[in-house]
Amino acid sequence: MTVDTTFHHGDAGSSEPIVQMKDIEKHFGNIIALAGVSFDVRPGECHCLLGDNGAGKSTFIKTMSGVHKPTKGQILFHGKPMNFSTPRDAMEAGIATVFQDLAMIPLMSVTRNFFMGREPTIGRGPLKRFDVKTANEITVSSMRDMGINLRGPDQAVGTLSGGERQTVAIARAVHFGAKVLILDEPTSALGVRQTSNVLATIDRVRKQGVGVVFISHNVRHALAVGDRFTVLNRGKTLGTASRGEISPEELQELMAGGQEMAELEGSLGGTI
Amino acid sequence: MTNTAQVVEDERIKSESFFSKLMKRPELGAIAGAILVFIFFSITADASMFTLSGVINFMTPASQLGILAIGAAMLMIGGEFDLSIGSMVAFSGLFFGVCVVTWGLPLIVAIPLTFVFSAFVGAINGTIVIRSGLPSFIVTLAFLFVLRGLSLVGLKAATGGSTQLRGVREAVEGDGLASFFSGDAFPGLFEWLASKGLIETFKSGAPKVTGIPVEIIWFFIITGAATYVLLRLPVGNWIFATGGDNTAASNSGVPVNKVKISLFMLTACCAALVAIITVMDAGSTDARRGFQKEFEAIIAAVIGGCLLTGGYGSAIGAFFGSIIFGMVVIGLTYTDFDQDWFQVFLGGMLLIAVLFNNAIRKRVTGER
Repeated sequence: MTVDTTFHHGDAGSSEPIVQMKDIEKHFGNIIALAGVSFDVRPGECHCLLGDNGAGKSTFIKTMSGVHKPTKGQILFHGKPMNFSTPRDAMEAGIATVFQDLAMIPLMSVTRNFFMGREPTIGRGPLKRFDVKTANEITVSSMRDMGINLRGPDQAVGTLSGGERQTVAIARAVHFGAKVLILDEPTSALGVRQTSNVLATIDRVRKQGVGVVFISHNVRHALAVGDRFTVLNRGKTLGTASRGEISPEELQELMAGGQEMAELEGSLGGTI
Repeated sequence: MTNTAQVVEDERIKSESFFSKLMKRPELGAIAGAILVFIFFSITADASMFTLSGVINFMTPASQLGILAIGAAMLMIGGEFDLSIGSMVAFSGLFFGVCVVTWGLPLIVAIPLTFVFSAFVGAINGTIVIRSGLPSFIVTLAFLFVLRGLSLVGLKAATGGSTQLRGVREAVEGDGLASFFSGDAFPGLFEWLASKGLIETFKSGAPKVTGIPVEIIWFFIITGAATYVLLRLPVGNWIFATGGDNTAASNSGVPVNKVKISLFMLTACCAALVAIITVMDAGSTDARRGFQKEFEAIIAAVIGGCLLTGGYGSAIGAFFGSIIFGMVVIGLTYTDFDQDWFQVFLGGMLLIAVLFNNAIRKRVTGER
């Protein structure tokens, strides 16, 4: 089974973008972290943002998810200019970010993590309380949809593997109506098996019509699920390519800025 | 490949027995400890310790500590400490005394005012912790001294040089609210029980125990309320989340700063409640009220399963932790042991509890 037959890829370009970022610049004092980045994501596609360390990936995601305000440039949400002042605004609009630390608390149960900050309630007035039963049911069924069978909804997150935790974070974002899901290096700390689980999860989420922004510095992971690829280097986008238009070697070279990589690769023998 | 993951059961996870589920409850250690202490005293102590009057005897200090310990436990679950609870008892006792004696306010005004005042001091504590980013250990250690000092200075100012403010009992006499905060509850019930010969009586026929001291009632109510809040309200989830990982909770939309400040206000209010009850019982307030109670409260919370790092613990655990405390303090007087063994015992208990809690946490999180 080759990588290509593994996933059904969305049709990039078939619909209007959900979020469009135009010529975004972000300066921190005299440091120019982003110097004109353009990026968009459409429903049902997985758009990969690739870049080496220090390329500006993190700054860019934080701008997209409302943590930072862009110094210059425009963010369009469903074609309308948007100004997110807090991550909460972005979350409410439907832009969910799964950061590397996952926002998970190991000592708490899966259910309690799943609904952290957004607990369903039952009853009225002083009797309004956390609807534990519904919360447990939703958690178990959402996790089953993502292909993970929990021992029980009261299982502590600390007992889950890295890939499973990632899946809880993704399932949580999808359950709360994410239209755009930003994944910050979801596979960077995972083993082979867990990585393929997470990539499979991304594929499932995409099929539900969610636009996925997949940030990575691993070309192979990106190529496994991506529909479009944008490379970020030294705070600038070096262009966007659709699936099939670009080879792993070309992507790798763009990420590294073209130079020395060629020589290094020769001595290492293949794509990193 | 993607759709074959629908395994119904994961063969790598062993099914759990009821016992091992029980092992994961935070309050288990405290309950087990309470049983052990009970067994110890039922062997060594005089039989009168576990009669009704004996139980009331050790439940009264346990409750006074317990009310503080529940507040301390909730704050600890929320990831912070408050070392100023003991001084807070003295300080709010002073405020309450001044309200009642110096200003002559009725209880219906004085009690809410004391709570508002204490909550305000708690909020200052919490705001400094959050704004400065300093560990609450340091900030509240400072308040431990500040509030103790202010209580002394305030008392001297209010009384003209004395460190004790008397006359509370005379001032609250006849006030309808007094019976909720002092004396014994359900005296009628106990008289009836005595007349039926169901409880011990004096020769005159009056019951030996005239009622349940109000602090015991308050202790049960607060334990129940705290447990309900922690396990069944969204706020409870926020408290666990805030203590478990501040950043993660904040990223998920939990108002962590509000949660923490509210918890500081809550512990201060628990201190105020203890102050009101003890001041009304004693009829006076003094600057040494609540001395070292902060440590005892934290010890009770830790014995009750609270982790020092936050995010884990229970109110029921703190409840049993306080009962252990009361049993040991009072129980030693029923034995032939020197009473001062109490401190040794308390320290030993704390150490065992922390070791036990660490082991439990590893089980919960599946750490290896």
